[in-house]
Amino acid sequence: MFTYLFIVQTLNGLQFGVLLFLIAAGLTLVFGVMNFINLAHGVQYMLGAYLAVMFYAMTGSMLLALVFALLASLAVGLFLEFVIFRHLYDRDHLDQVIATFGIILFLDQAVKYVWGAAPLSLPIPDMFSGSVVLMPGLIYPIWRLVIIGSGIAVALLLYVLVSRTRFGMLVRAGANNAPMVSALGVNIRRLFMIVFGFGTMLAGFAGIMIAPILSVQPGMGDTILILAFVVIVIGGIGSIRGTFIAALLIGLADTLGRSFAVDFLRLFMAPSPAQVVGPAIASMLIYLMMALVLYFRPTGLFPPKGR
Amino acid sequence: MMFVAFALFPIAATFGAEAYLIDLFRRIMIFAIAALALDLLVGYGALVSFGHAAFIGIGAYAVGILAASNVSDMIISLPLAIGAAALFAYLTGTICLRTRGVYFIMITLAFGQMAYFFAGSLAPYGGDDGLTLAMRSTLLGFAPFKHDLLFYYIVLGCLVGCYWLCRALVISRFGRVFRGARENPTRMAALGFDVFRYQLTAYTISGALGGLAGFLLANATDFVSPAYMSWHRSGELIVMIILGGIGNLNGAIVGTVAFLLLGEWLSDLTENWEMIFGPLLVVIILLARGGLLGLAAQMAAWYRRENILSVGDFIAAVGRYLRQLARRTIKSTLQTSRSRSRG
Repeated sequence: MFTYLFIVQTLNGLQFGVLLFLIAAGLTLVFGVMNFINLAHGVQYMLGAYLAVMFYAMTGSMLLALVFALLASLAVGLFLEFVIFRHLYDRDHLDQVIATFGIILFLDQAVKYVWGAAPLSLPIPDMFSGSVVLMPGLIYPIWRLVIIGSGIAVALLLYVLVSRTRFGMLVRAGANNAPMVSALGVNIRRLFMIVFGFGTMLAGFAGIMIAPILSVQPGMGDTILILAFVVIVIGGIGSIRGTFIAALLIGLADTLGRSFAVDFLRLFMAPSPAQVVGPAIASMLIYLMMALVLYFRPTGLFPPKGR
Repeated sequence: MMFVAFALFPIAATFGAEAYLIDLFRRIMIFAIAALALDLLVGYGALVSFGHAAFIGIGAYAVGILAASNVSDMIISLPLAIGAAALFAYLTGTICLRTRGVYFIMITLAFGQMAYFFAGSLAPYGGDDGLTLAMRSTLLGFAPFKHDLLFYYIVLGCLVGCYWLCRALVISRFGRVFRGARENPTRMAALGFDVFRYQLTAYTISGALGGLAGFLLANATDFVSPAYMSWHRSGELIVMIILGGIGNLNGAIVGTVAFLLLGEWLSDLTENWEMIFGPLLVVIILLARGGLLGLAAQMAAWYRRENILSVGDFIAAVGRYLRQLARRTIKSTLQTSRSRSRG
């Protein structure tokens, strides 16, 4: 029984980690290449989920909803980039923080205004609904496997894109030294815009994929944003590989910690204090991990070279 | 001048204004103390702490937990509240200050979150639901916080005290070294200063002031909860000081007043006040460098330059400014699109 529970929770942890990766990848690219702190990344994830719900209600097809919601997320991201963010690139980090914080306030409330404060839900597409038997006695929802699969696919795609293409080369070069890339005749503004749009789309994609298993509600992006920041800091800002590893690490640690902290503490504590301390430790675990990582490696696990 | 306004306010409030305004301004002044503490780090040391709410929370919890065990004399609870916050700042500071820049922001956030979840797990003291204060702090049998107006002036006194303390710190030799480390830590180290120790001291002082704010806040609201420590609170504190203009102690106070009053006023006006407040923040940041104080300075310079004497002059000058702005925007947009077609 314990083994089954452990496997299920490990898969859940992987699924959470993959979700974190989808969000954190865009964040780390934007941060690494453009040196821009985008707190509004979390609301773009929320917006992706809401757009998927809206387009599903309009078209009745999950595939169409996915395509339209992705395009709409991209459009919103590019619009924000064009109107606001591009004026903030050469500003102080703190200015970026407060401006994007303003966007969070606005979009959280706007979503509440348009779609209401009550949580919405999106059905799992028929093809992927139900569960699959992984082992005798061990069943697991298909959709979660789809999320894991699509996340790994995106990771591979990003890997190829960043390490094998000309665009990826420019991105890596930009993460190391943006002014130099610009001096070599690359249109850095256009590069920024593409990177930003791409990151937004990834966050939107994460929102769309998670919408069927989470309730879609205002403010859903705020908690995940902080976790995404934890991920990119542990991974080393600007490093896709580091982000992937850190995301899985955080996803697994958080999920397993929440499920097993109490049982684990019971091994060497009385049951009643374990009941109290366990959940606290579980919630603190990832922050504890971050503090430890930063203590020993003050620039994360895989700091980009050349800084 | 600001303090005189604060001091005179209750007198104005007694003529017709409601009592809740005194409550509101007391809260504003308490947060102004925390904002001052944060500005000391952010503005003068470039140490952006994203976990400052934890110190407020620790100060507040010290009062709450002591009151729950029937100790309410502030001779005990005040030093304990400040001491606990300072100790937490000292311990976390030794770790946080190893990192720089964004990593510093994130590691202070980590410790803030740890304090938040720890408070949430204090089951005997209410856990996530928080803890109602059995009684406000007393002083050797007196109850100075019982009388609203007296409490108001005590908070004002604390605020003035903190302001002078921060000011004295900033202009002292200590402050010069600390500010030097903001500009160039390597150079300060080469000059023979142990930068880490200076920063740690400032971090601890800032934490202690946060604890004082927490002590006052717990007494003002009669309530303590983990929500005091959430990262939203820390974020709001940062927004307050940037809004006012960082690296200027007046800015911290102006920012706090503007942030809380604007929020209060807009939320009275409409339920969806955040839809106005959010864009307003964006506009202020885009237009004004150096927050509200920076904006005021820009405005004053603009007034002198445009030689504005009457309302008509003002409108004409605004028109000129808008035309200029439009021309500049169109020009820059055209430039980007042209370079895009080339690239």
